[in-house]
Amino acid sequence: MSDAPIIIIGTGLAGYNLAREFRKVDDKTGLVLITQDDGAFYSKPMLSNALAKQKAPDDLPMGDATKMQNDLNARIITRQQVSSIDTQNQQVALDNGEQLGFSKLVLAVGANPFQFPMEGDATGDVLTVNNLDDYRAFRTKLEGKKSVAIIGPGLIGCEFANDLAANDYQVNVIGPDEAPISTLLPTAAGQALQAALTALGVNWHLQKTVSAINNSDSGYELTLSDGQTIQADVVLSAIGLRANIALAKAAGLECNRGIVVDRHLKTSADNVYALGDCAEVSGLVLPFVMPLMQSARALAATLSGKLTQVSYPAMPVMIKTPALATVVSPPEQAAQGEWQIEKTEQGVKALYLQDESLLGFVLMGDAVSEKPVLTKRLPAVLA
Amino acid sequence: MSKWQCMVCGFVYDETEGLPEEGIAAGTKWNDIPDDWQCPECGVSKSDFEMVQI
Repeated sequence: MSDAPIIIIGTGLAGYNLAREFRKVDDKTGLVLITQDDGAFYSKPMLSNALAKQKAPDDLPMGDATKMQNDLNARIITRQQVSSIDTQNQQVALDNGEQLGFSKLVLAVGANPFQFPMEGDATGDVLTVNNLDDYRAFRTKLEGKKSVAIIGPGLIGCEFANDLAANDYQVNVIGPDEAPISTLLPTAAGQALQAALTALGVNWHLQKTVSAINNSDSGYELTLSDGQTIQADVVLSAIGLRANIALAKAAGLECNRGIVVDRHLKTSADNVYALGDCAEVSGLVLPFVMPLMQSARALAATLSGKLTQVSYPAMPVMIKTPALATVVSPPEQAAQGEWQIEKTEQGVKALYLQDESLLGFVLMGDAVSEKPVLTKRLPAVLA
Repeated sequence: MSKWQCMVCGFVYDETEGLPEEGIAAGTKWNDIPDDWQCPECGVSKSDFEMVQI
């Protein structure tokens, strides 16, 4: 199998950045990328603030498949799904029946949105935005419309709420949480973001869920858990993402919340690796850009023959809510510290301290300027 | 003079124009931008992300 190429499944930020890093250290080994979309290279985080940047979906790609193929000296197979992986014989099978051998295989298959079951005759019209094709459909549906209901007050829900409200859409956000982005922000910080988005015109329906979505004369009618109804022209669900583990599981790879990999990003099978939103690295599923870039560099070295462990420094996440700029570095789950939250002149500074050690922070508004200094005080996520 | 694009958010740094509002004069080469500089759009730091020449 020594002549077989390296195959990367997925051409999101993880797949393409890995290919790019790999080509910096190895310009000879054959490289094949397989994607179910059109192979355009774009950055998924750009989808949630494209309106503010006055970008149409087709403005977002930084290169199409042909350009990427040339840049990366790779074969890029578009609009194809991998139907199965044979780790023993080192082969993948595509939906079109083609079989491809690999010397090494990398799963960069990302994560998919999940949805809670709802009643009603319009649940099939609920949109999710997890890739450029989804985003095209969302923008088409928005044309000539005025109001959007967003299910899920998390990071993506809030970014879209900000982008839509700033562009004169009426926005309702619904979710069971007490305050926005409850998985990353302490309540007081979430409430500060909530207030800033309220000032922009966003309406909140927190501590409630959507029980039904039905067609109505004007568009859709959402029925909430307390019986209240909301009208909307477009319904966007942003409840959360789950790592895509189905393909890996079917191939017999060990999976937990993500595809389980070690510090070399190797799965339970030899010559099979995973990175990005689909991977669980040393127990951590971190669906953000910075961990993915660290992983891409380490794995590129490993694939070129120089075994390299991935390390994660402190990696603050910028939340793209211009109504209140926010950067967060959440403490690890097992941390036993406490939040100390102070209001600054035009923002919030929340420090998560255990004894004297800074283990996490949330900086909002004018406090964002302290990010570089405070980041240096944080421990590494994976030393 | 060349242009560099942030792989995370698509921000473009144009050496010809610099970033006068951040104190980076027109004509400043990418390599001469300090290592602790951060992308003005998405905040990732120069050393932690990729700007590609476009």
